[in-house]
Order: sequence, then structure tokens, then C-alpha cells
Amino acid sequence: MHLATVIGTLVATERTPGLDGIKFLIIQPLTRDLKPSVMPVIAADAIAMAGPGELVYFVGSREAAQAMPEPFVPIDHAVVGIVDQLAIGPLPTSGSAAKKKRGPS
Amino acid sequence: MKIARVSGTVVSTISAPIFDNRRLLFCDYITPDGEATGDYVIAVDVVDAGPGEIVLIMDEGNGARQIVGEATAPIRALVVGIIDPVDP
Repeated sequence: MHLATVIGTLVATERTPGLDGIKFLIIQPLTRDLKPSVMPVIAADAIAMAGPGELVYFVGSREAAQAMPEPFVPIDHAVVGIVDQLAIGPLPTSGSAAKKKRGPS
Repeated sequence: MKIARVSGTVVSTISAPIFDNRRLLFCDYITPDGEATGDYVIAVDVVDAGPGEIVLIMDEGNGARQIVGEATAPIRALVVGIIDPVDP
């Protein structure tokens, strides 16, 4: 899953069967420091609570369809949660893997 | 699978039911010698990993659903192991 911000909603009345009743959101995928990463995508709103401006996380490919009430629908992106709090440290620097000595487990 | 470092957590009260009572970890992918690749993933924790730990990420839906034991679940990325330091 990756972070995104909801930048709008989208209505498409002419749609393939299987997409009926699915609400679409326009989302802007983000980098770890919340900057736009790739082009915006249209995602199904699997939680029906996300509105414009919210920081969300989304899943892609088949798992997006699995987020919907009917799991076999032609969906490739789905918003699956709203971020309340994002607590992340700085980007790891080289050697952080070697330095980290785990205690006796 | 890929190696990542847990850089933090994602707290979320409104989410798909599958995430109830499951921790979401923010993981930065790294190379075996610890260099950040710049990509990240939000993964479901199943091994009680904590921030700062170097972990193993499995990012595939079928495997993820087997691990969480749900036939349909919008989950792909899981933290499936905490690894010891890697000798490049």
C-alpha cells in the first residue's frame, strides 16, 4: 500500500457492468515526504468515508478488487483507509542494516 | 521478498475491516547494505516488528491472504520476518 491524497471525486454513469454502485475518487499518490510521486489515479472508495484533501492509503491490482463488497469486480486501485497519524523517522542511510545489532533473542 | 527498514507506523481508525486490530508499518525499502532505494510500502505487521528494525517484506496478495487466513482481503504487503544484520 502507498500514501495518497484525495484530490477529487469522479462520476461515470456509463460504465461496464460490475462497476455499478462504486464511488470513484481521484487520488494523488505520494512519496514518503508527502510529495506527488506518480500521476493521479482513479481509485474505488472502499471505505466510503474519504473526501477531498484527506490523506489515505490505497492498494493496487487484484487486492483492490478484494476490498470491495463484491470481490470480483474490474477495479485496479482502491482506497482502503484514512491516515489519522503518520509517525515516520528519516530515510535510512547506508550501513543502518549492518549497525543494527539485535540483542540476544 | 524484499528488505526494508521500519521507519514508523500508520495510525488509522477508518479503514477496511481487514485492518482492524492489525498494525500498519511504514517501511522504507533498502539494499542489502542498507542504502534506501527511495521506495516505501505500508505493510501489515505479523511479527511484531518495531521502528528501526530491518525486516522482510512479502508483497503478494495470495501469500498475504494465506498468512492472515482470509479468502478475500485487500492485503498484499506484509512484514513477515525481522532479519539480523546483513553482511554485504
